[in-house]
Amino acid sequence: MFAGFDFDVIVRSLPYLFLEGMRFTITLTLLATFLGIVIGTVLALMRLSSVPGLSQIAAGYTNFMRSLPLVLVIFWFYFLIPYIGQWITGASRPITVGAFASALITFSLFEAAYFSEIMRAGIQSIPKGQAGAGYALGMTYRQVMQYIVLPQAFRNMLPVLLTQTIILFQDTSLVYVLSITDFLGAASKIAQRDGRLVEMYLFAAVVYFVISFLLSRLVQRLQARTAIIR
Amino acid sequence: MNYNWNWGIFWQDNPEGTGNYLDMLLSGLKWTIVTALCAWVLALILGTIIGVLRTLPSKPANAFASAYVEFFRNIPILVQLFLWYFVLPELLPRTAGLWLKQLPNAPFWTAFIGLGFYMSARVAVQLQSGIAALPRGQSMAGKALGLTTLQTYRYVLLPMAFRIILPPLTSEFLNTIKNSSVALTIGLLELTGRARSMQEFSFQVFEAFTAATLLYLMLNAVVVLGMRLLEKRVAVPGYMTGK
Repeated sequence: MFAGFDFDVIVRSLPYLFLEGMRFTITLTLLATFLGIVIGTVLALMRLSSVPGLSQIAAGYTNFMRSLPLVLVIFWFYFLIPYIGQWITGASRPITVGAFASALITFSLFEAAYFSEIMRAGIQSIPKGQAGAGYALGMTYRQVMQYIVLPQAFRNMLPVLLTQTIILFQDTSLVYVLSITDFLGAASKIAQRDGRLVEMYLFAAVVYFVISFLLSRLVQRLQARTAIIR
Repeated sequence: MNYNWNWGIFWQDNPEGTGNYLDMLLSGLKWTIVTALCAWVLALILGTIIGVLRTLPSKPANAFASAYVEFFRNIPILVQLFLWYFVLPELLPRTAGLWLKQLPNAPFWTAFIGLGFYMSARVAVQLQSGIAALPRGQSMAGKALGLTTLQTYRYVLLPMAFRIILPPLTSEFLNTIKNSSVALTIGLLELTGRARSMQEFSFQVFEAFTAATLLYLMLNAVVVLGMRLLEKRVAVPGYMTGK
C-alpha cells in the first residue's frame, strides 16, 4: 500500500515545512505560553483576591473563554482585533493586523483562561500559614506573592503548565482555518499544490506525534524530579 | 467603532433558500449536537475498553492500551480528522476506498469517528484513574466471592469508577462539543461553520459570531445542569460527592 508513495515530495519541501511552517508554530507556541501564563497568573490573583468585583470579573472571563470552541474564538479575534486597534489608535478605518499578531493575541488570551485555572490551583496548594508568616514579617501583598507564594505555586504546577503547553502546541494547528502558514498550513499547501495529500498529512502527523510524545515524556521525568517529598 | 450593526439580519432569508439566517444557525447547532453526541457514545465505548485494558494485570494489554492512548493524544485533532478524511480512503484497497469517498454525508461520518477516537483516549485515562482510585480491597472482594475478572469489572469496579469520574467526564463531554467545531475544516456544517458562512454571505460578522457564542453558552449550561442532576442521582453514599 505504500507502493505509490512519493517520499521525495517530503524531502523537497523540508526547508519550507520547517523553516517557515514549524518556525511559525514554535514561535507562536512559546510566546503564547509566556503571555498566557503571565495573564493567567494575573487572572488567578484577581480570582483569589478579596477586592469586591475583581474575583467575579476573572471568574466570568475564565468561564466564558472555557465554554467556547477555540475555532470560534480564532474567528472572533481575527475580525475583532482590527476594530479594537482602530478604537485604540483612533484611526479612521479598521487597522490591518498581521496573521502572526492576530494569532498571538488570540492564543494568549484564550489559553490565559486555562493557565489561570492551573495557577489558581497552584496558589491554593500553598499553605495559608506561609502567606501569614510573610505578612507577620511586615511584607506587603506584592512581596508575599512575588517572593513566597508564586515561586512555589509555579514550581508545584510546572508539570501541569508544561502539559498545557503541549496542548497549546497542538492547538496552534487550528490557525489553519485562517489559511496561515504554520506547520500544518505549510504541509497542506504543498499537499494541495503537488496532489500529495497522503504523504504530507502522514508526515505532519508523525512530526506532531514525535514532538508531543517526547515533550510529554520529558514532563513525566520532570514531574518525578521536582516532586517535593513531604 | 464604525461598524454597521444590523440585528434584523437573523430574520432575513439566507441565500441557500432554507429559511432565514437564524434557521441556518439552528441547523448548525443541530449538527453540532448530533455529531458531539454520536462521538461521545463512541468515545465512552472505546474509552471504557481501553481504560479497562490499562488496569488489567496483563503486560500486552497494558502496552496496547498505552500505545493507543499515546497515539490519539499526541496528534492534533485537526490532523487526525485529515488522516481519517483524506488519507484513510487512499490507504484502503481500491474498492473500499472508493466506497468511503462516495459515502453520502462523509464529513459527518468522519467527524463522528475521528472525534470519537480522539476523545476515547481521554476517557480511557480518566477511567483508569477512576479505577485506580478504588480501594484494592474491592477487586479482591470480587475475586473472593468467586467472580470472574469480567464480572468483577462489570458489577464491582466500573459502576463505582464511573460514578467517581462523572465530574471530569462532564468536562470531557463539553470538550467533545467544542472540538466538533474543528470539523468545519472538512466541510461539516456545524454551528461555527454556519456562523462563518453567514458572515461570508451577509458581511454581518459580529452578529453571526455573537449568536453562535450565545448558542454555545446555552448548550454548555444545559449540559452542566443535566450532568449535575445525574451526579446527584448516582452519587455514592459516603463519598465526598455523596452527602
